[in-house]
Amino acid sequence: MRAFSSLSLAMFKASYRDKAALFFTFMFPLMFLIVFSLLSGVKLGSEVEIAVVGDSRVVAALKNSEGVNLQEFKDSTTAINSLRDGNVAAIVVSQGDSIDVRYANGDRAETGPALAKISDAVASANLGAGTTPPKFAVRQKPIEETAFEPIQYLTPGILSWGVSTAAVFSSALTLVAWRRKQVLRRIQLAPIGRGSVLSSRLLLAIVIALLQAALFVAVATLPVFGLQLSNQWWLAIPLLILGTLAFFSVGMLLGAVCRTEDSVTGAANLAVLPMALLAGSFFPIDKAPDWVKLITNALPLRHMNEGMLDVLVRGKGLEALIVPGSVLIGFTLVISTLAAVFFRWEDK
Amino acid sequence: MTADGPAIVVSDIRKSYGDLRAVDGVSFTVAEGEFFGLLGPNGAGKSTTLEIVEGLRKPDSGSVRILGESPWPRNPKLLPKLGVQLQASSFFERLTSKEQLQTFGSLYGVSRSAAVDMLELVGLTDKADVQDVDLSGGQRQRLSIACALAHDPEIVFLDEPTAALDPQARRNLWDVLRAIQARGKTIVYTTHHLDEAEILCDRVAIVDKGRIMAMGPPAWLVRKLDAQTQVIVEHGTVTADVARTLPGADNVVDDGVSIIIATNDAGLTIKALGELDALNKAQVRTATLEDVFLHLTGRAYRE
Ligand SMILES: Nc1ncnc2c1ncn2[C@@H]1O[C@H](COP(=O)(O)OP(=O)(O)OP(=O)(O)O)[C@@H](O)[C@H]1O
Ligand SMILES: [Mg+2]
Repeated sequence: MRAFSSLSLAMFKASYRDKAALFFTFMFPLMFLIVFSLLSGVKLGSEVEIAVVGDSRVVAALKNSEGVNLQEFKDSTTAINSLRDGNVAAIVVSQGDSIDVRYANGDRAETGPALAKISDAVASANLGAGTTPPKFAVRQKPIEETAFEPIQYLTPGILSWGVSTAAVFSSALTLVAWRRKQVLRRIQLAPIGRGSVLSSRLLLAIVIALLQAALFVAVATLPVFGLQLSNQWWLAIPLLILGTLAFFSVGMLLGAVCRTEDSVTGAANLAVLPMALLAGSFFPIDKAPDWVKLITNALPLRHMNEGMLDVLVRGKGLEALIVPGSVLIGFTLVISTLAAVFFRWEDK
Repeated sequence: MTADGPAIVVSDIRKSYGDLRAVDGVSFTVAEGEFFGLLGPNGAGKSTTLEIVEGLRKPDSGSVRILGESPWPRNPKLLPKLGVQLQASSFFERLTSKEQLQTFGSLYGVSRSAAVDMLELVGLTDKADVQDVDLSGGQRQRLSIACALAHDPEIVFLDEPTAALDPQARRNLWDVLRAIQARGKTIVYTTHHLDEAEILCDRVAIVDKGRIMAMGPPAWLVRKLDAQTQVIVEHGTVTADVARTLPGADNVVDDGVSIIIATNDAGLTIKALGELDALNKAQVRTATLEDVFLHLTGRAYRE
């Protein structure tokens, strides 16, 4: 226990003194938050997904409009769930002459285009009916009480990215540095379990991840950014810990394979950056081709993103942790086994 | 565990890297409290030998017993009794001297204050709050030794603790090493400096190409060599021809600066020189470990 606490203390001190790394760990995600908040006003033109319940001229007109992909649902409850999950940008519920439009305002970049398509379709249906007053009356209503700002979906994505990057880099660099500086050999000569060393380093990674999250969320909830946390936000804590475990093991694997700090930095960048883009940490990937989506589903970061979005913003309960949690645990087991296989105490 | 047996028994250890025989049948024993030196040129196999003894490497064949136990595979019972300084100093990142000691000590369950006491032994108390990167080479070496001693081990392995030090720092470190021995520790250390080993070690083993060429107390090795003593007098005090006639004189060389008289009986030769009043600024050079090395390997020793 003394070894564990003393090692942990040593690592916290060392990490606190590494100001450059501290900056990257804590400030980078915030810089990304600012940049992407500014960028999120920009809409990327392509097909929008719209759910329809019932049938009418409006629905027919929507079917004919360009750049719209309709998904038909039996009842509005399942359609709303699909909207909540971010699978569709808006719902059109058609009952007789009344048209109910529901959307998750600001939750996704495509809400605006979807609403525009819908009002176009209503206009053309009214034109076709040729009655005055217009046949179809439209009621629009967001599904959430409060409107979703871009910050709501940016926060979980960038935070997951920040946490995963920090975990991969710090663990990989520590392992390589310790091997190169022969600290590993000295540890090998000390009568302590390797578990104490590993777990004290892991503790550092977890504490850093939680601090990152606390700072990031604190900034994101400032009025300028305006993040609204769900009541279930604390469910993000187990997710942050599991995510850290997963990406810590990625760092351990990279650190086991690479010899120098330079090569491991390159490898970590190669591992984390494409993954963040593919996992939709910065941009939604709903528009990506199916085969890309297939890849992204294999990425642990994707599941961490989704889980964070569910618990931090969408206000889902414990059940939202099941899939991301199991994926992250499974991933951790596989990767850390690989890391153990490739582990070396010394160069040569 | 044997109470009074030797601290270390190494029997015929071998280690090859491909075709290279880094350690080629090395055997030696070290008594408790002894200061034992492994000497030899670069690549002789000193570090490899030491690492096998410490239990960091597995020998291809042969056996090692430390306090009656085998260090390989990793033997947690033995580890607290061993203190190891590796050839390249190994420190945790961004910790001060004091913190390095506390952290290394904690790996052995040593209290924080006990670990810090070691700073005094190696004369680094004033550098307690300095990070390792800001220490000079000699200070790093001393800190590295202190870290090896933090848990008060019985046997200390030091791999070239005096390498890359200036003469003054080397002598300071000698005092540290003597102080460690005075605490009753067994010390095994490697060095390139034959002169230093002659001064510090109870016994040395001269290693070359993975083998022990000679082993014993330095003075004994030198005496066994039965080498001639050289008496060196200033050029012009006597001529080379006169020198050759002196009693005991064997081989005389005049290099333009000095007359170098190799003699089988230094006493007689010096007495005769004294009668000629030629002893002004005379030097007497007896054989050293360097001569032993030269004799054994047939080549001059280069540090
Ligand atoms: N892991 C290794 N793989 C291949 N060759 C090695 C390895 N370790 C040592 N050697 C070789 O074994 C020989 C002995 O090396 P060793 O480090 O024991 O020498 P040394 O006597 O300590 O030298 P120095 O005084 O330079 O420290 C050298 O020729 C070295 O190149
Ligand atoms: Mg060596």
